[in-house]
Amino acid sequence: MDVPILQQGDVLIASVQSDLSDMQVTRLRDELTTLVGSSRATGVVVNVSGMDVIDSFTARLLRSIAEAARMRGAMTYVVGIRPEVAIALVHFDVDLAPLQTALDLDEAMHLLRQRRHRHASNGD
Amino acid sequence: MAKTKAEQPNTQSDGDRLAELVAYLRDKRTTLREEWARRITEADLLHVMSAEEIFSEITAVYDNYVDALQTGSVETLQEYARDLSERIIPRGVDTDEVLGIVLLLRDVLARSLFTEYLSNPTLLNDILDAYEPAANRIAVTVGVSFVDERERVIREQQESIRELSTPVLQVRERLLILPIIGVLDAQRARQLTEQLLGAIQANRAKVVVMDITGVGTVDVAVANHLVQAVEASRLMGATVVITGLSSRIAQTIVDLGVDLTMMKTVGDLQGGLEEAERLLSAGDLPVEGL
Repeated sequence: MDVPILQQGDVLIASVQSDLSDMQVTRLRDELTTLVGSSRATGVVVNVSGMDVIDSFTARLLRSIAEAARMRGAMTYVVGIRPEVAIALVHFDVDLAPLQTALDLDEAMHLLRQRRHRHASNGD
Repeated sequence: MAKTKAEQPNTQSDGDRLAELVAYLRDKRTTLREEWARRITEADLLHVMSAEEIFSEITAVYDNYVDALQTGSVETLQEYARDLSERIIPRGVDTDEVLGIVLLLRDVLARSLFTEYLSNPTLLNDILDAYEPAANRIAVTVGVSFVDERERVIREQQESIRELSTPVLQVRERLLILPIIGVLDAQRARQLTEQLLGAIQANRAKVVVMDITGVGTVDVAVANHLVQAVEASRLMGATVVITGLSSRIAQTIVDLGVDLTMMKTVGDLQGGLEEAERLLSAGDLPVEGL
């Protein structure tokens, strides 16, 4: 099953329901990066709370989603990483520093809203 | 070896021998107990206990011992040995003392059997055939019960030390503090990471102040664990502020060559809490500035 992508305002929300194959992750990245441009989204939230396991390939692709989206003008948050998944992720040799994270979808939406306000008031 | 012989045709008489043995030990209860107590004092075992205490304990052990010989069931004795261990372990009685005492009883009884049946070597042999396997089994039971009990106590204590030493406290909504006191080894650091991440999820924490004023030193492995704990927390959407880094620990972490840009450190707990409040009220994740 592929990952459903919803749009709410100018935020794209991808909710991963289960563990993904390499192919599904790749497809998710392609779809998201395409959609960011066509929908003029300024935020992307990838909810991974349904994932029991995130391997290094998936981690790398999550990062490239974030980097590609940023180049196309959107900020990406990965939310819902579980404790055991977080422990596993820090042991991979993947630099996840470019990945923005938040506790859950609510939190990410809140942060994206704040960011928009700040940008609006700063004019940048 | 004695057992194979006992299992030969004369199983019936083996039971008789045991009955005779038990009757003999019951008969000599007072003298043998006293002899045993004397030998214990002589060997300077159980010196944490008074003579009266020793005597009352060994009376109970003696009676249980004879019962175990008679019935062949060590359960009551095992029970008693556990109970006794529970009482004497906190007083600092060592394994060698317990084993010494049980072996002393075996010696005392065997010697008394020798003296009693000296005139009849065949009977003595039969009696010993019946006695030795049972006595060995009893000695093993008591020794194992003691060691088991001790291990149980140690496990319990380790458990409670671990729980005591890493409390995760909620200061206010979305803010946790994690004061770490004592020696951080790799195992505790790992456990701490798990506890921290679990608490972040359970309390929906956004900022965690980890205070390590109470930690004397860290080695490379532990420093790595701390860095990983901070990174794992960030992946869950929480910022960790580390406070109370001693200069020694700071140097260790620097020597590791770890990228410290992800680590927010503040001098002391007070500063850490102020920083946390600032982060919370700004609604700002520090990484957003990158």
